[in-house]
Amino acid sequence: MSDPKTFFLDEEEIPFEEGQTIIQAALSAGKYIPHLCYHPEFKPHGSCKLCTVRIDSRTVTTEDGQTVKIPGRAAASCTTPAQAGQHVESEVPEILDLRRTLVQMLLVEGNHYCPSCEKSGKCMLQGLAYDLGVMDPHFPQYFSKREVDASHPDILLDFNRCILCELCVRASAEVDKKNVFALSGRGNTKHLICNSESGKLGDTNLAATDKAANVCPVGVILHKRHGFEVPYGQRRFDRAPISDNPAQYAPVKEQV
Amino acid sequence: MNAPLPKRKLKVATTSLAGCFGCHMSFLDIDERILDLVELVEFDRSPITDIKHCSPDCDLGIIEGGVCNAENVHVLHEFRKNCKILIAMGACAINGGLPAQRNSLDIRDILAAVYARPGRGVHIPNDPEIPLLLNEVHPLHEVVRIDYFLPGCPPSGDAIWKFLTDLLAGRTPTLGHGLIHYD
Repeated sequence: MSDPKTFFLDEEEIPFEEGQTIIQAALSAGKYIPHLCYHPEFKPHGSCKLCTVRIDSRTVTTEDGQTVKIPGRAAASCTTPAQAGQHVESEVPEILDLRRTLVQMLLVEGNHYCPSCEKSGKCMLQGLAYDLGVMDPHFPQYFSKREVDASHPDILLDFNRCILCELCVRASAEVDKKNVFALSGRGNTKHLICNSESGKLGDTNLAATDKAANVCPVGVILHKRHGFEVPYGQRRFDRAPISDNPAQYAPVKEQV
Repeated sequence: MNAPLPKRKLKVATTSLAGCFGCHMSFLDIDERILDLVELVEFDRSPITDIKHCSPDCDLGIIEGGVCNAENVHVLHEFRKNCKILIAMGACAINGGLPAQRNSLDIRDILAAVYARPGRGVHIPNDPEIPLLLNEVHPLHEVVRIDYFLPGCPPSGDAIWKFLTDLLAGRTPTLGHGLIHYD
């Protein structure tokens, strides 16, 4: 029997199975790598770039005896296959700074007013921002003008908070087999749309029990009549940081 | 050997712009620790002192609320001019907060919706003493340079205490899990 394959994440040896990506192996081993568009049940998407890591940086000694670090390539760990012996950097200052900037850009791009959002306290974008210590938006607020769709009897859509992770799109297509959601447009006109003649969610066949209606990491897809049910201080990211218990994001083992 | 210089108390000015005063209320939630605080600082312009204008030599300026009218712009510039360090406190100061939710609407439509009453005509107040409303609510850092940000709606008394004691001790303020909140 051959030795189990391993790679190094922040100098710690991580085992992996053939075909696993870096983030899958890391989360299986109990090491958290921040992410928004990655979900253990869906094909990787690689759009949010929060899980960016640096791979195989090298340290070289110059002719005058100086030690210089040559940064390795940056890659999305959700789409990059784990390879034996590779050295991956995740919790290092330059990568944490990059992630902080990405979160700040997402926060200013949408209208993320946490005090009035029912997802507050269990929003992954907010949880990540807390974990990364984001104290300020840094960039000018974009104040995008977006609509709200309340046409569905059970589900409210607040497009203001969409981060274009496509989790609802993938859930609807891959699990529900309904294709209720899609992204349309390019660049900063890119936006979430509903697949009905009117464009309204109420005219689609989405059910409140569908995977697509329960997978949004931010406060876009909300269940009506279920707002602010858990008191402040007892909500998911009040109790523990998002980086606690990485196993909850680990790949789901197929039942044999 | 010279005697050490007497330690000068830092001058702190505070104000509320387009906010609800919740951050100032939360400031009072530091409770009896305010007695330790006044050993280190003296309050200049602030709702506590009712001084109307900042002294020119303030050390800290703490501002809650965003910028929604011409008077807010004026006060914010006065703080920037007179305070060495400016702190944006709370969600409204940092990203406009709830008042900025009007930014997606047309200001004429908002005024008409508020002041037009069926059968009573439209009279939008235009007294020169009323500050001119801006088209949009802005966070502070879009108008002047801000040195530190203290998020929360409002930040808790404990978060304000940790932030200020870090700053007064010469450390970069950091809020760990449980203290950093956006709501």
